[in-house]
Amino acid sequence: MSTLEIQDLRVSVATDQGPKEILKGLDLVVREGETHAIMGPNGAGKSTLGYALAGHPKYSVDGGSVTLDGQDVLAMSIDERARAGLFLAMQYPVEIPGVKVADFLRTAKTSLSGEAPPIRAWIKDVRGAMEHLRMDRSFAERNVNEGFSGGEKKRHEILQLELLKPRFAILDETDSGLDVDALKVVSEGVNRAREATGLGVVLITHYTRILRYIRPDFVHVLVDGRVAEEGGPELADRLEEEGYDRFLAAAAEENA
Amino acid sequence: MEPHSHGGDAAGWITPVQTRDERPWSYDPADFGAPVRTDPAWRYSDLDRLAPLFDASGVTGATVADGDFRPEDLVSAIALQRAVPRRLVADGRLDVEVRADGDAVRAEHLVIEAPEQAVATVVIEHAGAGALAENVEILVRPGAELTLVTLQLWDDGAVHSASHQAVVQRGATLKHVVVTLGGAAVRVNPSIRLEGDGAQAQLLGLAFADAGQHFESQVFLHHVGRHTRGNVTYKGALQGASARTVWIGDVLIGPDATGTDTYEQNRNLVLTEGARADSIPNLEIETGEIEGAGHASATGRFDDEQLFYLRARGIPEAEARRLVVLGFLAEVIQQIPDAALQERLTAAVERELGR
Repeated sequence: MSTLEIQDLRVSVATDQGPKEILKGLDLVVREGETHAIMGPNGAGKSTLGYALAGHPKYSVDGGSVTLDGQDVLAMSIDERARAGLFLAMQYPVEIPGVKVADFLRTAKTSLSGEAPPIRAWIKDVRGAMEHLRMDRSFAERNVNEGFSGGEKKRHEILQLELLKPRFAILDETDSGLDVDALKVVSEGVNRAREATGLGVVLITHYTRILRYIRPDFVHVLVDGRVAEEGGPELADRLEEEGYDRFLAAAAEENA
Repeated sequence: MEPHSHGGDAAGWITPVQTRDERPWSYDPADFGAPVRTDPAWRYSDLDRLAPLFDASGVTGATVADGDFRPEDLVSAIALQRAVPRRLVADGRLDVEVRADGDAVRAEHLVIEAPEQAVATVVIEHAGAGALAENVEILVRPGAELTLVTLQLWDDGAVHSASHQAVVQRGATLKHVVVTLGGAAVRVNPSIRLEGDGAQAQLLGLAFADAGQHFESQVFLHHVGRHTRGNVTYKGALQGASARTVWIGDVLIGPDATGTDTYEQNRNLVLTEGARADSIPNLEIETGEIEGAGHASATGRFDDEQLFYLRARGIPEAEARRLVVLGFLAEVIQQIPDAALQERLTAAVERELGR
């Protein structure tokens, strides 16, 4: 059984004022097929966790370890991490002018599997996945993320998730900026991927809304760079009622 | 406005040029001194390597162009005097090959005319390792649609200076594409006059400069008629020590060019240390009644966020860079109405990337 294991992870981000410590010793174990919601107030370090796992150059790991089935993820380059089975669905996907979605998807698939996918089966897969996500066929001929609406960008991220079939996916605020209909469509895509491949999911979110559609097995509350509380889905319900106030008060006391 | 230096009116040379339209011109090479840095036409040029093109020995000022062609620099005047004009009627597809080899400077003067209502594509392909002084005179008659592509696929060491002068008449459209991938010092300066009401021009450029290469384009788009439309998009990629591109874009909206809609932009992607891109957009407006006019210039390094996005999908770094550069240049290549030529140019850019 595949396992993604994060131990005592410490990460800082480069800012104009020098490096700023964001994650201050984070522990998390995600097994194949499990869905972990990472919740927390703004500035807690949720997105930093996603970027650090994917290897974004702006984030530097100051300590701790990340392993995927015992392999050292932190020693891998960005693309090696993806080839090892990690996927980050981005909160703000960037535009890549002149690169068509269809070409991008095929190049990514070829890079991940080491060989070009059989053309007919691949086209069928792409069309099928696009239909499930209610994406028009013309989408494949557009340039990557160029002129996409917020909802289209998120669908495109989940399209990649379904087609590239990673072992572990980090979804960074995939719910932000989506209306209820789009949220359902995107959530269904994540659920299909979970069922089809036994995907392990790290679901980063500020709000509990998406958890109605993607049921988490575990909920972790991230406050000030550490896990402040952990529990089952019922913890999300409690957060829905109470918000993050009690955690923020505790963190302020600790820092005082 | 009358050109004011015809026939060696020495005083005309001293007055600073106020608008792009007032640049001096002459049929006689003797009226142009040797190119110097203080002359706006040569300020950023590779004067050392273009020097063989400045040799006017044995050339008189006897030839006078029978059309509207007005040489605005020494090389253009020499080419006018030396070359026997080649007259081409553009209707349908036309391919022109221009080779230059050896030490002798080749002079070329092409006259390309698209008749009324014609739909035509002309591809001029340059090859060899020699030296070429070239004029291209373009007339797009009323209602015609002309695509003119000039390919500079020179071998290392070639030097080339070209002056294109186009007149676009009423309701006609010119798509003008400059693709420069090879040569030592290459300078292609298109000057387009939207003369007739409703005339349109789309001016596109693509340059990929490697180590030691100097590629220049001075683009002049002159809106004369009413309701004329212009779009200038030049893109450059630079790779390697002392790779150099120069783009000077002048758009002039004349006093009668009411209802003009025009935009010019130059974008450069610097792939390695030690390369230099000069980019100078100018916009002169002589009437207040226009629809729109804008210009933009941006020169930047690789976008790390684009690379991160592609690599986070498993695409190795070299392949990710290739995709981004090809994507950047695709905007120009995709505008060439010839699928086989598009593929050829894409492959040529890939070879450049691999150098």
